[in-house]
Amino acid sequence: MKSTPGPCGSSWSLLATALLLLASTETAFAHVRHGQAQGFLSGLRHPVSGVDHVLAMISVGLWGAQLGVPAKWLLPVTFPMAMAFGGFLGLAGIALPGTEVGIAMSAILLGLVVAREARLPLAAAAMLVGFFAIFHGHAHGTELPAGESGLTYSIGFVMATGSLHGVGILLGEVHRWQCGRAALQAVGAAVTIAGVVFLWIAIA
Amino acid sequence: MSWPPRVAPRLLSGLLGVVAGTLWPTPAEAHLVTTGLGPIYDGISHLLLSPEDLVPVLAIASLAGLNGAPAGRRVLFTLTVAWLAGGLAGYFTGGFVRPAGLPAVSFLVIGGLTAADRRLSSAVLGVLALAVGLVHGWINGAAIADAGREALSLVGIVTTVFLLLALGSGFVVSRRAAWARLVARIAGSWVAAIGLLMLGWSMRGVS
Repeated sequence: MKSTPGPCGSSWSLLATALLLLASTETAFAHVRHGQAQGFLSGLRHPVSGVDHVLAMISVGLWGAQLGVPAKWLLPVTFPMAMAFGGFLGLAGIALPGTEVGIAMSAILLGLVVAREARLPLAAAAMLVGFFAIFHGHAHGTELPAGESGLTYSIGFVMATGSLHGVGILLGEVHRWQCGRAALQAVGAAVTIAGVVFLWIAIA
Repeated sequence: MSWPPRVAPRLLSGLLGVVAGTLWPTPAEAHLVTTGLGPIYDGISHLLLSPEDLVPVLAIASLAGLNGAPAGRRVLFTLTVAWLAGGLAGYFTGGFVRPAGLPAVSFLVIGGLTAADRRLSSAVLGVLALAVGLVHGWINGAAIADAGREALSLVGIVTTVFLLLALGSGFVVSRRAAWARLVARIAGSWVAAIGLLMLGWSMRGVS
């Protein structure tokens, strides 16, 4: 009597084939791009790790929300570009005196304009934000950990900064309600006080 | 207006540093991905996994989209053909060196123009697409030759460039809401900022 392979036999042959294929593995062409992911994560983390940076970024968004369109979008466009210019100066080895004082002053003044709902002309607002962004970029944009990718670090750094502006704009949407306006002014005052503390630390 | 005595030399040396850092030819790391699925898929994966190529493609797609459908069509074909031509030139001319800062310049220029959101003539966009395609294509082609891989990878790269451009510019063109245009501008400002930082890194010899 001729035996026919049953389902069990088919499974064994499949398993044997799979084992044979696994056993005949070729050399892997592992392509490792060292520092790519770490660079991105370092850049993403860096702006969030400094309270001074976070407060300034969010204040820009809050102020933009208070001023409304087009400042709401222009300020977050201005800040990253001016910040990158500051980072570029730092990378080029061009010293910027009083960087920490500038960062502390940015918190004081940005907090103040939020607290007072200051309505500066658009160009003046952009210049104020851009001026202080240079200090932030100079201080923070160049701190690449060794062995990590400068490109992905920069991508993460800029994305995190822009996202902080976005958070500020979203929070600033409470401006449309009376209690929200008061809350924003209180937040602005708190940022100013924090800025004074930063200034004290920078000078001391 | 006269500069204070110490500022002018520093600015001049900084400027020279930028120019030298941008144009100085350095051996580049060949970032070619091996998928195990053949050179075409290697090329596709390379483009999708390489921010130095992917970001300018998406940014120029956005810029073209902001300038309307005719500009989108012009950039679509010009950039793709230029990328292929540059890639073939890079592949066959051998000698894998590249001006280290040029990809950073494409980030800076494309991102800056997108953020500015000025109406550009079709000719200007065409020249920009030509330059970007030739530079990035040349770097890709030279990297493929340097790694001893098949030129067919270029087909994968260029096909992906074409598809991303078509989808990206088409998406931006079809957006009518003002906020969508603003999102494109903000993304452009981020790209320009990244380019400026890349330029600084290239001066320090960091990729």
